[in-house]
Amino acid sequence: MLELVDLSHSYGSYRAIDKVNLTVAQGEVVCVVGPSGCGKSTLLRSIAGLIKPTGGRVLLDGRPVRSTPDNLAVVFQDYSRSLYPWLSALANVSLPLRRKGLDRRAREDAAMAALTEVGLAAAAGKYPWEMSGGMQQRVSIARALAYRPSLLLMDEPFGSVDAQTREELEDLVLRVCAHHGMTILLITHDVDESVYVGDRVVVLSKAPGHVVGDLPVDLPGPRDQIRTRELDAFVRLRAEVGRMVRGRHNNHELETM
Amino acid sequence: MSRLTGSTVLRGVAGVTGLLVVLEAAGRTGLLDTTYLPLASTVLARAGELAVDPEFLADAGASVEAWFWALALTVALAVPAGLLLGVARPAEVAVRPLVEFLRPIPSVALIPLAILLFQDQMHMRMSVAVYAATWPVLINTIYGVRDVDPLAKETLRSFGFGPAAVVLRVVLPSAAPFIALGVRLAASVAIILVVTAEVVAGGTGGVGVFINRAGSGNRVDQMMAATAWVGLFGIAVNALLVGAEKRLFRWHHTRTAGVS
Repeated sequence: MLELVDLSHSYGSYRAIDKVNLTVAQGEVVCVVGPSGCGKSTLLRSIAGLIKPTGGRVLLDGRPVRSTPDNLAVVFQDYSRSLYPWLSALANVSLPLRRKGLDRRAREDAAMAALTEVGLAAAAGKYPWEMSGGMQQRVSIARALAYRPSLLLMDEPFGSVDAQTREELEDLVLRVCAHHGMTILLITHDVDESVYVGDRVVVLSKAPGHVVGDLPVDLPGPRDQIRTRELDAFVRLRAEVGRMVRGRHNNHELETM
Repeated sequence: MSRLTGSTVLRGVAGVTGLLVVLEAAGRTGLLDTTYLPLASTVLARAGELAVDPEFLADAGASVEAWFWALALTVALAVPAGLLLGVARPAEVAVRPLVEFLRPIPSVALIPLAILLFQDQMHMRMSVAVYAATWPVLINTIYGVRDVDPLAKETLRSFGFGPAAVVLRVVLPSAAPFIALGVRLAASVAIILVVTAEVVAGGTGGVGVFINRAGSGNRVDQMMAATAWVGLFGIAVNALLVGAEKRLFRWHHTRTAGVS
C-alpha cells in the first residue's frame, strides 16, 4: 500500500535521507530503526505529506502523495507539543474525528473508547498540562487509534513511558491495529522493540539515511512480552539488527582498542 | 503579572488612602490653595454626587458608548488583519514599513483631520480611538500567530485538515492569549483617546465635554471628580479583562509560569 521510490530530502546542502526504497504491504507492521540523526523524522514527514521531498516519490495505494493523504494518522515523538493545551484529553482525541463527519456525540464516544483502551478513561476531562509525560503520550496514541487510519505513522511513540506501560502500549497498538487492519510504520531507535513489534525491520544508516537492511521477522503471533522475547529466533534477530544499527560504531571501537 | 491576593489588594488600598490623606492634610493646613486644588474630601463628595447626576450620567454614557464601539471595531479590524499578516509572511513584510510609519503618529495630531473627515462627532471620536487602539491588537495578534508551535499545526495537517481549519482550530486558540493582551491594552488606549477627542474637539455629550464645561465654570472640584470616574472606569475594565484572561487562558498561564 505504501511505496517509497528513491526518496531523498535535503535541507539546503545537508542531505537527511538519500534514495530510500521501501515497500509496505497492506496490514503490515514495519519498524524502521537507525542511529540518531539518520533522517527518521524526515522520512516520516515526507510520507505524511508534511514536507515536499527534494527527490524521489512516495506512492500510497499506487498514487503519488502530494498533500497529506486521507486515512493517515501520525503519532509524533514530541507528544507534548503535539497535544493542544486548551483542550481536554477527550477533546484532543475527538478533534480529528471531525474529518470523519461524525456528530459530536459519536466523536466523543469514539474518543472515550480510545482513551479507555489506553487506560485513561478516568483522565478524559484532564488537560495535557495536568498530566505526566507518559499520560500525554498515551493521549496522543489514543488520538491516532480513534481516527482508525489505514496507515499509522509513529515516531518513537513509546519513548517516555515506563517499561511496564511501554510493553502494555506495544501490545495494545498491535492488537488494535490488527483488529482494524491498519498498516503501521513505526520509527524507533530501540532494536528490541523493533523486532518485537515488527513484521519486518528496516535498518537505516547514519545520515544521509538509506536502507542498509530489510529483515523479515519470522516470529509466531500474537506476540507475548515474555515468551516471544525468550525465543531463540527473537534473540538471534535482535542481535542481527543490533549489529546492523551499530555496525560502524563497533568497527570504530575495535580500531581504537 | 503578579497574582491578585488579599494582601496586594490591601496594600493598593493603603497606598491610595495614604495619598488622599496627604492631599487632604496639605489642603487643610494651607500648603495647597483649595481654590485651585480642592480638598480630597470635596472631590470625593463631588464624585459621589456625580454618580447620581443625570447630566453627568448622560455624558458618561455617551463616552462609554463611543469607547465600546471603538473597541469592538478595533477588534473586528485588527484581529483578522493580524491573523492574515501573521500567517502570510510576504504580506507582513510588505506592510511592515507602512505600519512602522503610521504607528508612531500620535492620534491626538489626527483629531483635526478626523473632524474634517467625520461629520458625526461620535464617529470622529471613535475613529481617533480606533486608530490608536489598533496597533496593540494588530502587533500582538501578529506575534501570537507567529508564536504558534509548528508541530501543533503539523499535527492537525497530518489528520488531513486544510489551512482554514488549521487557522481556526490551532492558530486562533493558540494565539488567543496574546490577542487578549492586545485587546486589554487597546481598551485603555481607547478610553484615553475618546476622552481626549471630547476635550479637544468639544461638541455635545461625553465626559470630556463635561470636564470642559466644569473648567469654564471654574468648578475644579467637578473637573477632578469627573476625571476620577474616568480613571476608575479604566481600572474596572482592566480588572474585568485580567479576570477573563485568567479564566479563559489558564492553560497558557500555567505553562508560561511553569507550575501545574
